[in-house]
Amino acid sequence: MTAAAIETHDLRKSYAYGPHTINAVNGIDLLVRPGRFFGLLGPNGAGKSTTIGMLTTRIRPTGGRAVVAGVDVQRNPVEVRRRVAVVTQRNTMDRQISVLENLEFRGRYFGLGRKESRRRALALLEEFGIADKADASLDEVSGGQARRAMICRAVMHRPEVLVLDEPSAGVDPQTRLHLWELLGRLHAEGQTVLLTTHHLEEAETLCDRIAIIDHGRVVAGGTVDEIKTASGAESVFTVVFDGEAQPAAETAGKLPDVSRAEADGRRLRVHAADAAGLVGELASIGADHGLSILDVSTLRPSLEAAFLNLTGREYRE
Amino acid sequence: MSVVALPQSTISTRRIAWHTFRAMLVRDLRVLRGQLGSLLTRSVMQPLAFTFVFTYVMPKIGMAGTPGVDGRGFATILVPGLVAITIAIQGIMAVTMPLLLEFSYNREIEDRAMAPVPIWLIGVAKITSGALQALAAGALVFPIVLLVHAEDQAPYVHVYSWPLFIAVALLSALLGSASGLLLGTVIDIKRAQQFFAVVVTPMTMLGCVYYSWSTLGPLPWLQYAVLLNPVVYMSEGLRASLTPQLAHMPAIAFMSALAGGTVIVGWAAVTRFVARVVD
Repeated sequence: MTAAAIETHDLRKSYAYGPHTINAVNGIDLLVRPGRFFGLLGPNGAGKSTTIGMLTTRIRPTGGRAVVAGVDVQRNPVEVRRRVAVVTQRNTMDRQISVLENLEFRGRYFGLGRKESRRRALALLEEFGIADKADASLDEVSGGQARRAMICRAVMHRPEVLVLDEPSAGVDPQTRLHLWELLGRLHAEGQTVLLTTHHLEEAETLCDRIAIIDHGRVVAGGTVDEIKTASGAESVFTVVFDGEAQPAAETAGKLPDVSRAEADGRRLRVHAADAAGLVGELASIGADHGLSILDVSTLRPSLEAAFLNLTGREYRE
Repeated sequence: MSVVALPQSTISTRRIAWHTFRAMLVRDLRVLRGQLGSLLTRSVMQPLAFTFVFTYVMPKIGMAGTPGVDGRGFATILVPGLVAITIAIQGIMAVTMPLLLEFSYNREIEDRAMAPVPIWLIGVAKITSGALQALAAGALVFPIVLLVHAEDQAPYVHVYSWPLFIAVALLSALLGSASGLLLGTVIDIKRAQQFFAVVVTPMTMLGCVYYSWSTLGPLPWLQYAVLLNPVVYMSEGLRASLTPQLAHMPAIAFMSALAGGTVIVGWAAVTRFVARVVD
């Protein structure tokens, strides 16, 4: 087994405000294997940004341990920075120099020679579809182009772990789709990515593993499907019989896992958290009432429903 | 695309620090090249206005500089002072202004801080690049003072001791840019203007720029009060190397103030910078 790309144990960060202590991150355990597209989800103030701040050495942990690409973030932050890149929410591009120079200098800060830096920068801009903005200053590019340029700059030194803090916040749907495609391509090439997002569709589209954090702790982790199941959010099963579904609905409503069963003509709609074996049970209930199944469809819970189930519905500042 | 297949740099982390440090200086020089006009205006305006008024206008209208000192003498006193204040102010501005922006809403600093070097070295790179800009600005003062003056009022400019001149200029530039780094990490950008008004004006007027320190003798309280102003040591140090025949502070005094100040302010600035960058 290869070493983890990111591994944290009981990672903590607390801030003292006068007599009060705020635990921004309250004991987080994460394991991200190389090559994963890992999503860190959570409401505002859940501790996402603080967590990635610690993983990228910008914030010093006050407890626990974090290892990125095999290097301890507290013992050797410089080595960690060589192996990681971060694309922040805010546009942190150097406004005094052109887009191309931003990339070139990034390469040179990371030990690449002048020629290699330039060659790589031009190739990346071409690949990301912003070669025509190479000589533009940051004032002359759109928000979406700036975001792409930031991703280009981030991968200049070929980081082992690419961290993206809400990459599609504040961009239009076209740009978002384009970014998703670019990130998908990077991932397909083997790039390990850690992404924070509020955008649940984004997480569902891109990530193969997700951790939902809230109040500075991980409240659920796993694949999207595992999280949906663990959250207790319900699926909706629709069974179409060859006759009136009403009698079957009354029986189905009494099954232990079913929260609601309703008939609509020949359709039976059943809301249940756990799907295992349910369709079989519905088939036998139908048979008991002399009904045969013509069609079955399942609507899995959305990640959004799972997210709200896990983190509650109250509004966060 | 083959981004992931691109090789990483194979330089050791120890050597990469030097490589990165140089690249940061190159970046600053690159920015400076694009702003040559601005650098020229910033550095030249004050000395130009001063030499014009004090060594051209005043003698022409019959109000020559200082009583007891003829025009040429005054111009000669003015040269080291103007070079010193230019180095000091440009050293501060070259670091403080960009830093205030990097720390403000764009948080560009968050990206600079991802370079693979210890954070303190990023602070040292800023001090170094600020010092280079300050020296360039200081050098621009010489052609101005030599060219702008009334007839027969040319200042007498001659470097008597090159080692002393270079040492004082270097230390002055470093002290200026280190102060710039310190100010950039403590000033709240919303109060920046107010702050500069409070710092820059007294630093200039009370920096022994237009008079030498020894001539403050009749005002002993002021003579001691101005010792808090680092520009005093810069002006007096340059005076000692340019016009040693005129009264100036002893070398041991200004050299230890400049060297000690550079170390203390530099240490405080870098410490404060690291604390601001890493949470």
